[in-house]
Amino acid sequence: MTGPTLSAGQLAVPVARLERSPFEPRALKSLLLTAGVWAAAIVAAIPLVSVLYMLAVRGGARLSASVFVELPPAGFEMGGGFGNALVGTVVMVGLGGVLSVPLGILCAVFLAELGPYSRLAEAARFAAKTLTGMPSILAGVFAYAAVVLVTGTYSAPAGALALAVLMVPTVVLTAEEAIKAVPKITRDAAYGMGCTRSQVIWKVLLPTAMPGILTGVMLAVARAAGETAPLLFTALFSSYWLFDGGVPQLMQPTASLAVLIYNFSGMPFENQIELAWAASLVLVLLVLVINVISRLVGQRRA
Amino acid sequence: MTPTVETMPRVNGRDTGAFGEPGVVIDCKLDQVFYGSFLAVRDSRVEVERGKITGFIGPSGCGKSTVLRSLNRMNDLIRGFRFEGHVRFHGKDVYGRNVDPVAVRRYIGMVFQQPNPFSMSIFDNVAFGLRLNRFKGNVAERVEQALRSAALWDEVKDKLKNSGLSLSGGQQQRLCIARAVATEPSVLLMDEPCSALDPIATRRIEELMLQLKQRYTIAIVTHNMQQAQRVADITAFFSVDISKGSRTGYLVEAGPTKQIFESPREQLTKEYVSGQFS
Repeated sequence: MTGPTLSAGQLAVPVARLERSPFEPRALKSLLLTAGVWAAAIVAAIPLVSVLYMLAVRGGARLSASVFVELPPAGFEMGGGFGNALVGTVVMVGLGGVLSVPLGILCAVFLAELGPYSRLAEAARFAAKTLTGMPSILAGVFAYAAVVLVTGTYSAPAGALALAVLMVPTVVLTAEEAIKAVPKITRDAAYGMGCTRSQVIWKVLLPTAMPGILTGVMLAVARAAGETAPLLFTALFSSYWLFDGGVPQLMQPTASLAVLIYNFSGMPFENQIELAWAASLVLVLLVLVINVISRLVGQRRA
Repeated sequence: MTPTVETMPRVNGRDTGAFGEPGVVIDCKLDQVFYGSFLAVRDSRVEVERGKITGFIGPSGCGKSTVLRSLNRMNDLIRGFRFEGHVRFHGKDVYGRNVDPVAVRRYIGMVFQQPNPFSMSIFDNVAFGLRLNRFKGNVAERVEQALRSAALWDEVKDKLKNSGLSLSGGQQQRLCIARAVATEPSVLLMDEPCSALDPIATRRIEELMLQLKQRYTIAIVTHNMQQAQRVADITAFFSVDISKGSRTGYLVEAGPTKQIFESPREQLTKEYVSGQFS
């Protein structure tokens, strides 16, 4: 061999140990903690998955096209469905949304942008936070006093008002956070372009915050769709259609999926219990569908 | 025939020099500027001349951004901001009574430190100001012109519907410049427009500024002295006064860039431009 060679001394690099050594204390600790987190995640998922499983199995068995178009059965009657309850839920949640979403978003605009430190804002924010934790039955009692006693009848609008009272705080608080999350530099850009305050709000802040606002609206809708207690006092239940020959008969007791599930699940009749399961599955699917739609809308805008 | 940049009608009116001293577009005199009880800037007078780039340089906290943002009343958005002095835009004080800060900002456009396109399409970003001003002409044409003058057209002409946020940082900043110039403001304020960009993007923005000054009056804040030397015709050097236990910015001197960097009148300027402090 020619040329300079290196002696062993010059190459004295310490030999690195790069192999895994799982029983070293810190590797062991990491392993145990990872396993712990996995276990906790699985335990937390068990109730969730089992509820969905039960719904799919027991509700799915009774699901057919007829349950969507037929009226609830009475007593020992066989067959039937919950078409009127589905319509009632959609109408009341929809009306509740029409009442609460614009109000909630405008309130959030005030809280986030117009007077975030004003006393009115502090009071409204405190009220909204308190109301999110309010037992839903109180919303029902409120709507009972405000609408049912005044109009003298249980009705869909009364139910919608009760649901709206429940939805407003959620919409307000999530929309406020979404508007606040719009970066300051975006606001600066809008003002720098010569936007008035209302143009900043309508043209920049609300469109930018829309995905977040929709998330809040969906949370509120999902909660409202599943509420039973506020409807017991306000819409009650009905075994008949909300629409009579295409004309909505709003000022009368109105069926809803939640109340139907509540009523039927306690009955001693197998048919009704099966229908309650199917109605539960439909309710969950309804919320799921609205959720997916709102996500799609949110993505399109972002 | 498509209108050229020169023949396009201005949305907000061209600088005709009809009023005010010839050449001076903004004459700003800041006696005292406060944020709450904090005196941010004192005793500074700067003139921004038509068709030139005026650079504001100085160490951190010297108030150069405060001065720039006072020119189009952007500081009004900061709680506790108080201004004593005047900013004469074509002879009219923008801090005068009956002046609407919103109107001021439509004549004096702004480009910010962080690129901040709106979360909407590239086209809508540029058309934003036009729609705001209820522009009656051909919006698409104006958008194209603005994107061309911001040297961005060739890169985005096939994806005008994509989100403005999908562009790279340097492209986003050029989009913001296009958005600002689409309404043809008479002055363009740039607050460290390259500080978030890499050297290549910075270079492009600098070239762009040199093109834009043929049509717009530009005032730029920069932390980078080489940048000021490369682009500014006039340089204003600010420093910080810490003698009274607070940090108050003030103008040390202003003049042609060559003079400021080669034969400054003040010792402090000399020390700063030779890199003895920053």
